[in-house]
Amino acid sequence: MSILVYAEHDNSVLKADTLKTVAAAQKIGGDITILVVGHNCQTVAEKAAKVNGITKVVVADSAAYEHQLAENVSLLVSELAADYSVVMATALTTGKNFMPRVAALLDVAQISDIIAVESADTFVRPIYAGNAIATVQSLDAKKVITVRSTGFNPVACDGSAGITSLDNVINAGISSHVSDELTVSERPDLGVASVVISGGRGMQNGDNFKLFDGIADKLGAAIGASRAAVDAGFVPNDMQVGQTGKIVAPDLYIAVGISGAIQHLAGMKDSKVIVAINKDPEAPIFQVADYGIVADLFEALPELENAL
Amino acid sequence: MKVLVPIKRVIDYNVKVRVKSDNSNVDLANVKMAINPFCEIAVEEAVRLKEAGTATEVIVISIGDKNCQEQLRTALALGADRAIQIETDQNLDALNIAKLLQKIVEEEQPQLVILGKQSIDSDNNQTGQMLAALTGLAQGTFASEVKVEGEKVNITREVDGGLQTVSLNLPAIVTTDLRLNEPRYASLPNIMKAKRKPLEVKSAADFGIDLTARTILLKVTPPREREAGIIVESIDELVEKLKNEAKVIS
Ligand SMILES: Cc1cc2nc3c(=O)[nH]c(=O)nc-3n(C[C@H](O)[C@H](O)[C@H](O)COP(=O)(O)OP(=O)(O)OC[C@H]3O[C@@H](n4cnc5c(N)ncnc54)[C@H](O)[C@@H]3O)c2cc1C
Ligand SMILES: Nc1ncnc2c1ncn2[C@@H]1O[C@H](COP(=O)(O)O)[C@@H](O)[C@H]1O
Repeated sequence: MSILVYAEHDNSVLKADTLKTVAAAQKIGGDITILVVGHNCQTVAEKAAKVNGITKVVVADSAAYEHQLAENVSLLVSELAADYSVVMATALTTGKNFMPRVAALLDVAQISDIIAVESADTFVRPIYAGNAIATVQSLDAKKVITVRSTGFNPVACDGSAGITSLDNVINAGISSHVSDELTVSERPDLGVASVVISGGRGMQNGDNFKLFDGIADKLGAAIGASRAAVDAGFVPNDMQVGQTGKIVAPDLYIAVGISGAIQHLAGMKDSKVIVAINKDPEAPIFQVADYGIVADLFEALPELENAL
Repeated sequence: MKVLVPIKRVIDYNVKVRVKSDNSNVDLANVKMAINPFCEIAVEEAVRLKEAGTATEVIVISIGDKNCQEQLRTALALGADRAIQIETDQNLDALNIAKLLQKIVEEEQPQLVILGKQSIDSDNNQTGQMLAALTGLAQGTFASEVKVEGEKVNITREVDGGLQTVSLNLPAIVTTDLRLNEPRYASLPNIMKAKRKPLEVKSAADFGIDLTARTILLKVTPPREREAGIIVESIDELVEKLKNEAKVIS
């Protein structure tokens, strides 16, 4: 078995999620190659070469790949896939964007968002917002899989694999990048932080999210939100935790002014410890919280900041 | 320009499904069904394009058994012009859905196909991208803004780091995210009018596509349930528990 793992990166930093995708690949077993597609992404390739348990790193570095446009990347990956029996990527927005395109070009199904590997052709994945867990067998000879990071522990990074460069540049010429409007934050990524504090509609406005700052500083926490808080414009879209947003599983998740709809729970209920702060004792979030406090968040948050 | 909108009949998003006791699947008997919420957003966007004079016709399509006609009628009541049902009793993989949609794209030649980004039942997030690959068209997934400009369409996408805008040649494939628009409700007169709009039924078997399943659902189990914990009386008690009992902060 030979496995191609697509590296998740922004041309300068290899995302920690890739280390979890490699862990999932190891569960399938076989020679693992990490593919780095981007532009001026040599530092990513060097970091990828240190990932334990891999055979080699392959880099495709070209202006055509700078923004990892699905039209271009999928043609490259589906061509490379000829030499591999499994192609894997992390189920983040880049992988979700181009991987089904790869699968269709290869005429195979995709298994999305796996959280466990049962055998080389059988995988476990949540369906219905995590209210059911499906075990799925793939009948395709070649497998295209996206991996949900929260299901796997990252592999270590003290190896030294070789790096090969590819020079095939594929530009489908049907799409181009216009601009990015990225959220700048000093805080850790939602996906990697060991503590996450999220606010919902109960926060009332974006300014009130500042009440989280002192607490997040003290706990090294990332800040998340419910869909209602994002829809209302309190905070940017990339902070949404849930079925159709980010999936997190930190050691500690603090839900503040969030009712606990199934779509929100889908993104955080695998957290180790859940704390809920809500003024409504009937809020469903209390049914999954290890520690609940029935309180007005505008009183509870300053108190919490002081008590830490 | 023509806009094609594929919609899926799924469990209503408010309903919490139960797994069948034989672990064969979830139990959908007597469960409220609806248009997949992301497809509703797709219909709304297409109708707005028509209202703005950009689109000339909005065609909705659903692949499924006879019941999905109910969702097609709802989409017609929301403003779509005509509907196509591709009849099948099979539960098709996203790849096979995309292959059937490809045939309709070839027949109808829409300039835009707007799909939902994800079905809330299978949580696949695949069909739009697969259809884009099969038709060789550009794709704008997870869209929060769609702007048609001449021969191109600009799509603002919700990505992990924030927002990204791409420019695509038309025809193109778009998948919707939550912030694209807020769907309207169907008014009673429009629901009545929708009953007279055309709904064409085709059989999946007639397309000459090999629809063999590529995956087997071996079993479906309930998730690990979390036990409700305790209600603490004060913030001090909470912090004490987090330090000494849960040991998640120091
Ligand atoms: C297709 C689809 C996808 C979705 N995806 C997601 C997703 O990924 N993530 C997500 O989060 N949601 C998602 N949702 C939305 C979800 O169904 C809920 O609507 C949403 O999670 C509600 O957000 P909320 O809890 O912040 O708001 P509400 O449900 O309005 O809850 C607000 C809570 O704040 C409490 N509160 C108010 N004021 C105070 C105060 N002063 N002090 C303390 N507590 C207070 C209230 O008691 C209440 O419990 C999705 C929905 C659909 C249809
Ligand atoms: N049976 C179907 N009929 C019509 N459209 C579908 C069907 N299944 C999926 N789609 C479309 O594909 C989108 C994404 O679905 P999925 O890839 O299953 O998550 C949906 O929001 C629909 O727009």
